[in-house]
Amino acid sequence: MNPPDPQERTPAERVAGAMASFSRDLGAMSAFRLESCIHCGMCADACHYYIATEDPQYTPIWKVEPFKQAYKREAGAFAPLARLLGFKRAVTAEQLTQWQHLLFDSCNLCGRCSLICPMGIDVAELIEQARHAMFEAGLAPPELYAKAAHQQLTGQPEASVEPYRDQLIAIGARFGVTIPLDATGVDVMLCVPRTDIVQYPAAVAALARVMTHLAVSYTFRSDALVAENYGHYAGSREWQRDISLRLIDQAIACGAKTLLIPECGHAYSVLRWEAADLYGAPLPFEVLAVTEYLAKEVEAGRLALEAATLESATFQDPCQLSRKGGVQHAPRTLLHAMGIELKEMQDHGAFSFCCGGGGGVVDIASAAPLRYRTVETKLREIAATGAATLLTSCSDCRRTFDDASRHFGEHSLDGGPPAASLLELVAQHLPNTASAP
Amino acid sequence: MDLLGFARGPALEVSVGIFCAGVVWRIAAFALLKIRREQSRPRQSVLRYVSEGLLATASRSWPHPEFTKRTGAGEALGYSYHMGLFVVILLYGPHIALLGSLVGFTWPGLPSPLITGLAVVTLTLFCGVLFRRLTSPVMRMLSNFDDYFTWFITMLVLVTGLAASAHLGARYETLLAIHILSVDGLLVWFPFGKLMHAFYIMPSRAINGAILARKGAPS
Repeated sequence: MNPPDPQERTPAERVAGAMASFSRDLGAMSAFRLESCIHCGMCADACHYYIATEDPQYTPIWKVEPFKQAYKREAGAFAPLARLLGFKRAVTAEQLTQWQHLLFDSCNLCGRCSLICPMGIDVAELIEQARHAMFEAGLAPPELYAKAAHQQLTGQPEASVEPYRDQLIAIGARFGVTIPLDATGVDVMLCVPRTDIVQYPAAVAALARVMTHLAVSYTFRSDALVAENYGHYAGSREWQRDISLRLIDQAIACGAKTLLIPECGHAYSVLRWEAADLYGAPLPFEVLAVTEYLAKEVEAGRLALEAATLESATFQDPCQLSRKGGVQHAPRTLLHAMGIELKEMQDHGAFSFCCGGGGGVVDIASAAPLRYRTVETKLREIAATGAATLLTSCSDCRRTFDDASRHFGEHSLDGGPPAASLLELVAQHLPNTASAP
Repeated sequence: MDLLGFARGPALEVSVGIFCAGVVWRIAAFALLKIRREQSRPRQSVLRYVSEGLLATASRSWPHPEFTKRTGAGEALGYSYHMGLFVVILLYGPHIALLGSLVGFTWPGLPSPLITGLAVVTLTLFCGVLFRRLTSPVMRMLSNFDDYFTWFITMLVLVTGLAASAHLGARYETLLAIHILSVDGLLVWFPFGKLMHAFYIMPSRAINGAILARKGAPS
């Protein structure tokens, strides 16, 4: 017999859960955003899902339509009038179920739509809140729900034969780098993307190698290794908080002054910008992305890099770092320090298109066909640069591109150059480390 | 009391009252909700991100170059009819006289024939806006009663104004009364629908811009 579905709900429970979450999240700012939309539809022209398909349902602001409807009907200034005159229908469970595809499969929370709105509305922020409501309605995609539940309980988003801690030690041994674990009184605490442990171990080794080279006191913590936050992806505010607190508690326990976020865009966004709100106070340490940390070291003259042999490269700006997190110059500083000619894509920096995998979308099986269709826009821009190497500083971007390469390769199409890690490239160009990973 | 007296007397007073109370209530209803205090450390100083937010009120007036190809034409159409409306409202002699009596000073206007021509152009652009809303799959999907009624009531003000200034179809006093009644109607509808964006647009750009700038992100 199959175990019961943890997200099983009656239709009434789905609506009640969604509306309770919506009310909890509704503040002056989100209400102002919902109020301000003038139905101009311009956000569609920023969204890679709409651009790839020309299907109006992928218009970003439409993705929060049930919640706009709920706001006008239940909470807006003239809500009683809207109910009385029947201007706004009550949100239904069928409607919420229909919107699961729009809020999860076809939104990377990339925030490109937030840059086009003539009213200045941060549409991505509204979509993130709508995901909270969907989670409370029992409508998170099963893959994200399962990983979030597992991570909230164990710290790992999935079971593994060997715990991540042991895998980390094995990576250190395999690549010949020291992996300090559970030290205290350190300056820097590190975490790693689960994607890197499982798929790109050289990136984990590169992280340790660079930190060792800088002679910084640092440590990984067995109880808080994973950078990603599947609670965030699934839309659970509570699990997002629990997962963030695991890292925060460990950073405090080891006395770190800096929590360094590896190449993971969403981990940066969650820990740099959202974790303090969930913690309830400013964090007692700074949160830095590894690229900005290394760029600061380069700018301060503490890190010199050897010239790279790469002729040229193009760079995929991870949305959460570049567009939403303000980390645009750091990767370019590092590329410049290695003498690499950067061939920018047509849309780059803050205006870069998402890889299509962000927001947990790369983990959702049902989202794959649409994701492949969407990534074509990006692949065309990459190909147009003529660069032989595609670099990025987000393991989910890398995983998404590699997956697209495989997919298009199977269909005898050009999936573009394989994506490489900027961090690994930096580790390879530390002075006297010619054979580094 | 004749129709004109009613239109610019009790009807105008009531509609202005509804407009003022409605606008205040519509804003208060969301502004009094909880405001989440940002606990993360800002990337920039308060002065810097507030300044960038204020700059966004201007910079968001036109799409970033990356978006212009897809949205430039639509945005140009939108701005054109807005500018047409502003010119007709603010630079037409009789309007200046009315507004001047309220604020205590007047300003130079444009010749009536020019205003009439601009009003006709604005009317044409306004029809273009409706055509676009009806033919664009995205806009059609997003549109509701508010969008169409707001279009209708604004159009009505323009058409009745043109008819009154050109003395078309009836006695001038009757045409003027109808025009003023249409303005009364617009004032009554204003707080209930999307015309409120007139009050929202600058604060929305500034606040969202400042929130993004706090993170060092572009707005």
